[in-house]
Amino acid sequence: MSDNEFPNRIEETIEGSVVFNVPFPTGDDLSVLKQMSPITIRQPYHIEYIHSFGQDSPFFAALANKRFIVCREPETGYTYATPRGHDMYSGKETEWVEIKPEGKVHAFTVCHFGSEEFLPECPYVLALIEFEGVDTLFLTRLVGVDPYEASPDWIGMKVKGRYLRNSKLKPTDVYFYPAE
Amino acid sequence: MRPVYAVSGGVSKFAKARPDKTFPGLVKEAYDYAIADLGLEHPQFLELVDGTVASYFSDHFSRQLMAGIMAQDYLGMCPKPSHRVEGGGATGGICFQEGWKAVASGYMDICLCYGFEMMSHVETWKGNEFIALASDVSFDYPVGGFYSGYYAMMVTRHMAEFGTTVEQLAHVSVKNHINAYHNPYAQKRMRLTIEDVRAAPMVAWPLTRHDICVMSDGAASTILCSEDGLAKLEKASGRRIPRVRVSGIGRGTDAMRLADRPHQSYEDFYKYNALPNEVDADSRAYYKELWKHGFRYPGVHSFRAGRMGSKEAYENARITDPLHEIDFVELHDAYTSSEIQTYEDMGLCRYGEGGSFAASGKAFMPGIDYGLELPEKPICPVNPSGGLIACGHPVGATGLMQAVFAIWELQHTIEKHFGDAALQVPNARRGAIHSHAGTGTYVTVSILEREE
Repeated sequence: MSDNEFPNRIEETIEGSVVFNVPFPTGDDLSVLKQMSPITIRQPYHIEYIHSFGQDSPFFAALANKRFIVCREPETGYTYATPRGHDMYSGKETEWVEIKPEGKVHAFTVCHFGSEEFLPECPYVLALIEFEGVDTLFLTRLVGVDPYEASPDWIGMKVKGRYLRNSKLKPTDVYFYPAE
Repeated sequence: MRPVYAVSGGVSKFAKARPDKTFPGLVKEAYDYAIADLGLEHPQFLELVDGTVASYFSDHFSRQLMAGIMAQDYLGMCPKPSHRVEGGGATGGICFQEGWKAVASGYMDICLCYGFEMMSHVETWKGNEFIALASDVSFDYPVGGFYSGYYAMMVTRHMAEFGTTVEQLAHVSVKNHINAYHNPYAQKRMRLTIEDVRAAPMVAWPLTRHDICVMSDGAASTILCSEDGLAKLEKASGRRIPRVRVSGIGRGTDAMRLADRPHQSYEDFYKYNALPNEVDADSRAYYKELWKHGFRYPGVHSFRAGRMGSKEAYENARITDPLHEIDFVELHDAYTSSEIQTYEDMGLCRYGEGGSFAASGKAFMPGIDYGLELPEKPICPVNPSGGLIACGHPVGATGLMQAVFAIWELQHTIEKHFGDAALQVPNARRGAIHSHAGTGTYVTVSILEREE
């Protein structure tokens, strides 16, 4: 076995933590270590996921083609605005049905703060949309309203969906704006 | 099921950041306090305890899997049986109930429940992102995942449905921050006014910074035992331990996505969800009228999980009139609005009356000056400790913190532990603790009662 195949040294790299201070007593009395400040280091962590939409995939394919599909229980007609492969009452598989993305604001908020990923977009408006003949709601972004003039009157506002021209295969491929 | 007693507890100081300790070190603080309060030292307790339940929410915050065993190990509890529970914000409440099950079933005579969260190792906006991963990552998170945003949507619907006002929400903030003034474990001990709450920076309209709890570092522990366990602890400590019995537990769930919450009929509400104090003719007429005006249950304004958890716990504890039969409630006020929603779920008032109940004074502590004109006298103080809003919300510890404060209220030892008697609910005999996850996905309710 050669050294090249199984080197007996670990290669040195410049990766690691930036040390801002390392306090330590100079004398022999280590009891003072109980008074030491905690050491805090930077510890980066990055992940790329390979996320499958599974049985919900057709919904995203529809958005990419500027179409809006919802899930309906074939016998009872109970309809989910947000995709759901099986009905929560009958346990049966749902079927895809196309609807027009036109509805009303059921609830909303203006986010002035948020998760790191969305901070650059603040303030942004989140809304739950209700559609006629559909039993559940759809979470979306609402545009075309003044985020600094939020009002409970926005509830009930008629809205229409608009699609991104360049699909990103996210639920934000459709967003809503006031219809009137 | 055997009777289960909650005999002791401990809470670490909750703070925005505790860089002075690792999470096992924080748990040790809470554990040491709990056994010291029983008059025991670790080797004595170790001889008696049968096992533990560990509670923490997120593996992301500490970037540490199997954190539960690290706490178990650091406490010196190995090789005793243990498991970790996780259920979002309700993790601590679930832990308490799993400890209850271990004792009630006869599996253990003495069970230690401990919980913790170390949230300061990431910046607040990254923490918000981690918490938002507790929403559907295909349909909720990518739209602008932010929990305060989800709760604020519930508020706007509550306002539209029932006429709830932002000033009513602010009453909860004033109450909880001023209560906390007397609780040394709380981190936001503030004398606020309604105007202060509304003038604070807007986070998610209409919720301001003073309407929302803060991410924190902290730990809490409770010790549960059977009658045999109690005898063993009393023999070891040589003192009588006040009897606080866990007289009922309940738990409910609801759909992960707010958007999927059902819109039930009046008939189904009465069939499945109504509490005993809502079956009278007056309440039926009230609800009939709500349904006539488009109210549907639970919608996004109410927590069916909280209602079902309450219903089950009340049935077990034989409570039929919660407002008058419970002396205080420690509930999961991650938001002022969720406290108001929870008043309704727990039947302290009817659905739709939470806003006016908040401003009525019924949920305030007697003997404390809030600087508010409250039309009614306190009946059932809610969050006498200051709740999550003022104490903080280190997720895995929170539900256990509520249990600890409830044990102390019922032992009538608040003054001993807080160094201030202001928050001792006079003659407290029965309390409820309520722990809540997600947008109302898992909710636990546990009833504790003093026995002479």
